[in-house]
Amino acid sequence: MGRIIVITSGKGGVGKTTCSANLGMALAKLNHSVALIDADFGLRNLDLLLGLENRVVYTALEVLAGQCRLEQALVKDKRLHDLVLLPAAQNRNKDAVTPEQMKQLAYALTKKYDFVLIDCPAGIEMGFQNAIAAADEALIVTTPEISAVRDADRVVGLLEAHHVKTINLIVNRIRPAMVQANDMMSVQDVQEILAIPLIGMIPDDEQVIVATNRGEPLVLSENFSLSGMALQNIAQRIEGKDIDFLDLDAPYDTLFSRLRRFFKR
Amino acid sequence: MISDFLERLFLGQDVTTSRDDVKSRLKIVLAHDRANLSPELMESMRREILEVVSRYVEIDTEGLNFSLESDQRATALIANLPIRRIKFEADAPPLSESGIELPAVPDEPTQSFPDQPERTSTDPRSPANPDIDLSL
Repeated sequence: MGRIIVITSGKGGVGKTTCSANLGMALAKLNHSVALIDADFGLRNLDLLLGLENRVVYTALEVLAGQCRLEQALVKDKRLHDLVLLPAAQNRNKDAVTPEQMKQLAYALTKKYDFVLIDCPAGIEMGFQNAIAAADEALIVTTPEISAVRDADRVVGLLEAHHVKTINLIVNRIRPAMVQANDMMSVQDVQEILAIPLIGMIPDDEQVIVATNRGEPLVLSENFSLSGMALQNIAQRIEGKDIDFLDLDAPYDTLFSRLRRFFKR
Repeated sequence: MISDFLERLFLGQDVTTSRDDVKSRLKIVLAHDRANLSPELMESMRREILEVVSRYVEIDTEGLNFSLESDQRATALIANLPIRRIKFEADAPPLSESGIELPAVPDEPTQSFPDQPERTSTDPRSPANPDIDLSL
């Protein structure tokens, strides 16, 4: 039986879909079979980030309506053969499916895939309820910004109320230089405030935009950047491996910043 | 950045960083979010607590501090009520009259509450701790 993991955040634009695409690919690269479910009905994007938009024929909705088999709706990635995407319908809204139906789809996929990753839409309404219905585990994506952390906290509360027991934190878009200058919360600050276990930290990286432009997630390239490495490490921690966290501060730990910290004390 | 640096160098710790600001703002807003208490409820609770405490001691209203804080997913009501003067036995009405069951009042009322917020029972995510007076 595969593990069902929902990737959620509350706030939009913090990197849920980017994380979903990269973690899905990274897990597939680690020789696991992975099914990615786009739960963002009406505003689907996961197909774009994976570069699979041209191959979507059927969506989850057609499967639920009995118009096609589940297997027909799955878009198989050609780069990594153990990765499939179950696309969301683009012409409908979040009320088109029920939590019960999402459970059916996710449970069916666990029979064949090691990991079922659900990309949750922003917000805490119907789309969120659908996305978390089947999940055993959750990854909370947040950025070191006040609004993102507040929304993340709300989502953690809702997940706990839904008896999702394993909740881990990903802090995305860290800018180490700003943290050093005390103009941004550090990963530790965010983690202490939210008080859930940390599973990864990803530095802010322009390459994410380049990767999105091309439809090739960061972890797919051979020599990936620091953010790609951070995502790869998260995938290994999901596997259960004990991987050290990257030292994002290292390039910014200059003599000047040390002096500044010394004087600030 | 340089002016910032010089400012801190000469003014010492008086200048708070935006990082400190955001952390303290977040802690307050999350404590309220988690407790799910409306401002009106907070206000009426504040008024009633002050009423009860004022029966026994004279409170310095200037240095009054009443807030919700959160630590490790537990919410606590932190009340700092500076005492100006302790009222004499005769001033304090007998407990039975008030109709409220109060825990034993220590001889020397403490002027502040513990720094470490205590676990509360209203927050469904935290274990209950019945030992605290002012927890929510």
